[in-house]
Amino acid sequence: MLFRQFAYTLRSVFNDGEDVFRMTRNSQWLHVGSHNPWVILVITLLLVGSVGFGAKNLYFRGDYKVFFEPDNPQRVAFEKMQNIFNKSENIAFMVVPKSGTVYQPSTFELLQTLTEASWQIPLSTRVESLANYQHTYAEYDDLVVTDLIREGQYGEAHIQWVKAAAESSPELNGRLVSTSGDVAVVNVTLQLPDGDQTQNVKDIVSQARELRSSLLETHPEHDIYLIGVAVLNNAFSEAAQKDATTLIPAMFFIIAVMIWLLTRSLTASLATMLVIVSTIVVTIGTAGWYGIFLSTATVNVPTMVTTLAVADCIHIIVSANRLMVTGLSKQEALAESLRQNLKPITITSVTTAIGFLMLNFSAVPILAHLGNLTALGVMLAFLFSVVLLPALLTLLPFNPGVRESYLSRKLEKLGSGVNRRYKLVLITSSLLLLGSVVLASNNELNDVVVKYFDKSNDFRIAVDTHEEKMGGMSTIDFVVYTGEEYGVTKPEVLEVLDEFTRWLKAQSDIQHVLSFSDTIKRLNKNMNNDEDGYYVLPESQELASQYLLLYEMSLPFGLDINNQVSLDKSSVRIITVLNNLGSKDFTDFENRAHQWFEENTNGSLTLTSASPALMFAHIGERNMNNMVWGTLLALVLISFLLVFALRSWRLGIVSLLTNLIPAGVGFGLWALLSGEINMALSVVLSMTLGIIVDDTVHFLAKYQYAIEKGESAESALEYVFSNVGVALVTTTVVLGAGFAVLTFSDFVLNADMGLLTVIIIVAALVVDMTFLPALLLWLNKKGLIKRENGYV
Amino acid sequence: MFKLQSRTLLITVLCSLFVVPFAYSDSASEEEGLRIAKERKERDKGWNSSHADMTMVLRNAQGQAAEREMRVKSLEVDDDGDKALTIFDSPRDVSGTAFLSVSHALDPDEQWIYLPALKRVKRIASRNKSGPFMSSEFAFEDMSSFEVEKYKYDFIREEQFEGDDVFVIEQFPQDEFSGYSKQRVWVDKKHYRVRKVEFYDKKGDLLKTLEFEDYTLYKDKYWRPLRSYMHNVQTQKSTEMITHKLTFDVGLDESDFDKNSLRRAR
Repeated sequence: MLFRQFAYTLRSVFNDGEDVFRMTRNSQWLHVGSHNPWVILVITLLLVGSVGFGAKNLYFRGDYKVFFEPDNPQRVAFEKMQNIFNKSENIAFMVVPKSGTVYQPSTFELLQTLTEASWQIPLSTRVESLANYQHTYAEYDDLVVTDLIREGQYGEAHIQWVKAAAESSPELNGRLVSTSGDVAVVNVTLQLPDGDQTQNVKDIVSQARELRSSLLETHPEHDIYLIGVAVLNNAFSEAAQKDATTLIPAMFFIIAVMIWLLTRSLTASLATMLVIVSTIVVTIGTAGWYGIFLSTATVNVPTMVTTLAVADCIHIIVSANRLMVTGLSKQEALAESLRQNLKPITITSVTTAIGFLMLNFSAVPILAHLGNLTALGVMLAFLFSVVLLPALLTLLPFNPGVRESYLSRKLEKLGSGVNRRYKLVLITSSLLLLGSVVLASNNELNDVVVKYFDKSNDFRIAVDTHEEKMGGMSTIDFVVYTGEEYGVTKPEVLEVLDEFTRWLKAQSDIQHVLSFSDTIKRLNKNMNNDEDGYYVLPESQELASQYLLLYEMSLPFGLDINNQVSLDKSSVRIITVLNNLGSKDFTDFENRAHQWFEENTNGSLTLTSASPALMFAHIGERNMNNMVWGTLLALVLISFLLVFALRSWRLGIVSLLTNLIPAGVGFGLWALLSGEINMALSVVLSMTLGIIVDDTVHFLAKYQYAIEKGESAESALEYVFSNVGVALVTTTVVLGAGFAVLTFSDFVLNADMGLLTVIIIVAALVVDMTFLPALLLWLNKKGLIKRENGYV
Repeated sequence: MFKLQSRTLLITVLCSLFVVPFAYSDSASEEEGLRIAKERKERDKGWNSSHADMTMVLRNAQGQAAEREMRVKSLEVDDDGDKALTIFDSPRDVSGTAFLSVSHALDPDEQWIYLPALKRVKRIASRNKSGPFMSSEFAFEDMSSFEVEKYKYDFIREEQFEGDDVFVIEQFPQDEFSGYSKQRVWVDKKHYRVRKVEFYDKKGDLLKTLEFEDYTLYKDKYWRPLRSYMHNVQTQKSTEMITHKLTFDVGLDESDFDKNSLRRAR
């Protein structure tokens, strides 16, 4: 019932649309651009100026929170943890002496100086290193608490003493100094404000870099690398900024040049670029007026909008060009071109916009922004290309090129070739397509954030060095909640904590575990004259509590234990460092830890786990699934809409194939090239959605038009090839060349995105030029598609 | 003299307008700062000994609170830092733990602790004085007695604070183990009581603010705040220190503040 009503509504919409197309045939509507070009130009300028002015409200948010809804469970867990314990965002200096050991005077001096100087880094709240590690030991009845390296303590005897202390301290060993002693780390904890942190992070990193270069000058026998969350965030914005100022402009330049070369008209290129610019400015301006901020997702909007703006313009330009060659005047040719293209362009734009609106169902807020803005942009691209483009072409000199007829001759040849050997083409292409779809299933969703950067990138070099010397640097923080004050000092809780710590340390992916149970054991030993036999948990809760009090009273500013034990001593945090795992392995590890805890505590204690890395592992998986399935669903929905737009069930089903196959082929080839899908690649499908649909719609609309005119399937296909072939090839080549520029990025996210986009839009064209006509012919021969009058 | 002062004032006001990171100082403003510090110390001399019942309320950024109860016995020491014996009454697990600190003007402070569960007195050999007291926002150095020699001073300006005329001075810790680069102190002109302190961390950023309330006069001479409120502006954690009962001349002497007295402390 509902479905019928929906079908009826859609049908009437498209029928009315059809009436509009018919009505306009003899009306002045289509001439509005070419008859009043100056009026259109002024109106456009006013629109672009006033709406574009909204861009002043735009700001960029690069913080992790934009990826998560406020009630996202991982975000809630992480924020709760951040509130109870100190924040865990950091920047770290990795000091690598060329001699291969940190246990030498010059390194000690460097570490001591660096530790002291690191307190000067903006927003730093805690600095930890081998130098200021609070070493405790017993001396008669004294508990000695001291920095491991004080200024001037660089002598051989002291060095050996520090080495022995470091090797016997699990809190230190493997975290602030590598087990083999070849690397030391100075870790700086930062108190980053909520909201936009871009500028803070930039200041922090630039000051850390200054500090590094001044220390390298005085200590040339060392290498120093910068790592940590702040460096990662900064690397992101630097990479994005670098591409935005070099490769993205290059991409637009290539697009302009390619349009010029392929249409042989500078005016065409210029007019298209103006349509693109107007579309982008108005879209982004609207975002500004609505208070939508820019994010890592929405920065893709201009690129996405560009693809359809290019396609719309090319269709109109190429058709007008062809008509002018046949002898029509510029005005007549423009009007006729619009008449021929209005329907397919409308269908493409409306269906693509609906497809993008589907992103509103995504769990990630910024993807909803992306969907809404792109939907708006697609409709604006439509508006500008049917109104502004003709106005510009009217005002500027626009002469038909000649090369196009060469291209169309080639395409006609291809068309007749497919006509003759359609069975061979169909079987070969079907096998190839099937093969690539099978391959596509070999791809794995896997996000390793630190690998987003090319091996030549500074941050990546630091990460790789860290991985080589000390293993990975991904963290998961586990918190045990006891629910009562001083609950963490209960013997049974400490017992669980200790066993859990041992279990964690035994896991192969674990690099380091910082646990309060190790600290309390050390204190017990210290308080019993450093006898090794006392390196065990204290027997009573009172004793453990009093040790904790004593320890707390002896720590200096910024090195308190609140990063591990909550204020009311009711919960305790275990900080683990893991290998740089992919999102899947990462969440698997988390699940195993929870399972162990569940089995060994029988639910008497609560365990939660959180970290930015973990949030991204979760959201990455959900995000990618949402994005990939959301887009596939959008493609299916679009095919369904095409049933009504083309008023044919069969063409709708055919469009389903041509809409989905390019994605299959693209990801199939990707499986051969890489096999790993990250967050950016899941966006590619959305990026190419418009072009895929555009190819299909123009092809099928023209085919149907010819069939309805009474042509045979063969001649209908020849008509399609000679009419839309040039436009489709031109669009693909233009955008393909444009996106190919992105593959030069040393930001792997952008490079992969560019490459896969090229693959998919080329695949879409090839499918539409070979498989689609062969399929239509075969269906026709089988009598499955004949002339259909009206819808089904 | 008056002329000199107003010129200094003018310069400091001008400088603060231009937000100079380190306040402009000349020997005159340093002298004035030192004079105020000396007067502050002078007015508090001779209180001898005291006994206080206190509650400390710790709050994290979310406002979740934890309470600590303690008794503090203090002894004035001429020409050096004072002595303080703190006995913890709650939380239950640390009840009976006693902590003795002997502060010195320039030498490192001395600290002993008695853990009833271990039944042993331990000296904490550490130069750390910047660390938090009982995981509060108060550092040890915030709680130890005020000694003129601990800082270098600079007079900043005069202004009104909660209706009273005050001096604003800055004091720069002379101990390299201090956690601060400087403190800005509001001292009222009438009684030389500290009304407010701003603590700046090693990188010169504002770290904490301390405000004193409910000043009460004891022995007709000594003003003591019954509430003090420390707020960490970087982490948004705070600590409130409330004195319920304060008595002077409680008959304490040196022998109540040595290692052996810790075991006896109740």
